[in-house]
Amino acid sequence: MEEQDLKLDGNAAAGLFRELFAFELTTARGRCDNCGAIAEVGAVAVYANAPGSVLRCPKCDAVLMRVAANGGRYWLDVRGISWLEIHA
Amino acid sequence: MSFVSRGFHGKRRDEGPSGRVPPGQYLVDDFPVLSAGPTPRTPLEQWDFAVTGAVAEPKRWTWDEFRALPSETVTKDIHCVTKWSKLDTVWEGVSLDTLLEDVESAAEYILAFCDGGYTTNLPLEDVTDGKAWIAFGYDGEPLDPEHGGPARLLVPHLYFWKSAKWVRGLRLLDDDEPGFWESLGYHMYGDPWREQRYWGD
Amino acid sequence: MARAAVLGRLIWQLGEVAELIDETPRVKTLVLEIPDWPGHRSGQHVDVRLTAEDGYQAQRSYSIASAPENERLEITVERLDDGEVSPYLAEELVVGDKLELRGPIGGYFVWEAGQDGPLLLVAAGSGVVPLMAMLRHRAATGADVPARLLYSSRTLEEVIYRDELDRLSKADPTLEVHYAVTREQPEGWSGYARRVDEEILRETAYPNGEGVAFVCGPTRFVETVANGLLAVGYAPERVRTERFGPTGG
Repeated sequence: MEEQDLKLDGNAAAGLFRELFAFELTTARGRCDNCGAIAEVGAVAVYANAPGSVLRCPKCDAVLMRVAANGGRYWLDVRGISWLEIHA
Repeated sequence: MSFVSRGFHGKRRDEGPSGRVPPGQYLVDDFPVLSAGPTPRTPLEQWDFAVTGAVAEPKRWTWDEFRALPSETVTKDIHCVTKWSKLDTVWEGVSLDTLLEDVESAAEYILAFCDGGYTTNLPLEDVTDGKAWIAFGYDGEPLDPEHGGPARLLVPHLYFWKSAKWVRGLRLLDDDEPGFWESLGYHMYGDPWREQRYWGD
Repeated sequence: MARAAVLGRLIWQLGEVAELIDETPRVKTLVLEIPDWPGHRSGQHVDVRLTAEDGYQAQRSYSIASAPENERLEITVERLDDGEVSPYLAEELVVGDKLELRGPIGGYFVWEAGQDGPLLLVAAGSGVVPLMAMLRHRAATGADVPARLLYSSRTLEEVIYRDELDRLSKADPTLEVHYAVTREQPEGWSGYARRVDEEILRETAYPNGEGVAFVCGPTRFVETVANGLLAVGYAPERVRTERFGPTGG
């Protein structure tokens, strides 16, 4: 299996986000706290083939967000995002 | 859940010989690759392995120095928290007992750190006395990058997220400090036989 | 500009298989009746969940192939040899069977008639599915924003929706369809006969990166094309990608 195959787009996490949020997260814009790059969540890299889902900055690969979901409990870490701009 | 998909069986899910497979696990034929990020590609000339933290004297090995250490081949069962288990996997590596031999420390915990930023924590006593290796070979071949090569931590008696891929060293600590998954709901210890997958288990 | 309306809870629904359509030897379209389906936008996907008798579950995402204007929901599935879900969907399911799914999902990889064009769609293999929903939606609304599909396939036989694509492009002068057949070309083939590269993109993409591009397919293909589009003048914000990972089976 190609390592590249494990990298998906932000859209791949859209279903998971729908379980957590009442708004569409993939069209929200955010800033990478590590390098300052700004992108829509749909455009970031998603690694979902793991004990949890990890979203990484498309520019610098820094971890933006981590989500683990296990039987009704979710853990969410968004320390890698400086801010999110959500269209409501 | 009440709905059952007519005629769906899923991939062959063998529960294996009794006593060998922990609760909630099933056997697989392949070796699934799980990853939290891109595969690191550190050239061997730049690779080193360090023991740091609460030690009298930090230690460091280059790749050549590491490979010159006595190593052994071990056959172990491995268990992933995502429920797959694989029996009789063959690894070649350097025992952590060898690496920690001359390390003076009163520390009780370690935090393994890796290329790409992954970390995982363990009690020191769970990686000593023949329980852990830094593995550089799998199934008779050099360890594949997608499986953690050039070297990964191997701690088969705990869930496999503790067997950190692309390991670069251990930091010895006085207190237990949660690593990458342990800080996101995954159990601090991770004993598959007690099904310690998540916090509170 | 994408709006994010407050969304309802995403719940699992039961659809019924109304029809099965053989698209190619390995690809089948499932036509589903879903009571209370809320409608969707082209490019969105559904999550399908299969449950075995012992409670084991497997879940995969599939792009919606049908236009939002269509009465019934269609998903197109490629049977992967070592897949766990796709062989069940493509070979076991029969008309009348129920299928658990949830959706529609996704707000990023969507196109709606009325959005600016021109529209460049680039796909490999089953990556064409969400782009087909876009073209069907475009046809259903009579939108005349210029559109171009660049579709890479190993053989002509494996091109999904080929008859419909040829029909659509013949009937609509504002739609162009270009094929790249990479492994085995039929005699007298005049289309592209190699994998999509920067040169092909330069020839088929709109100049100066005008409009928006949607790229879908295996990860490696998407990366090559996305990089190629940047090289021929597309701004990163105008290239939307959807990689199909290895768990697409």
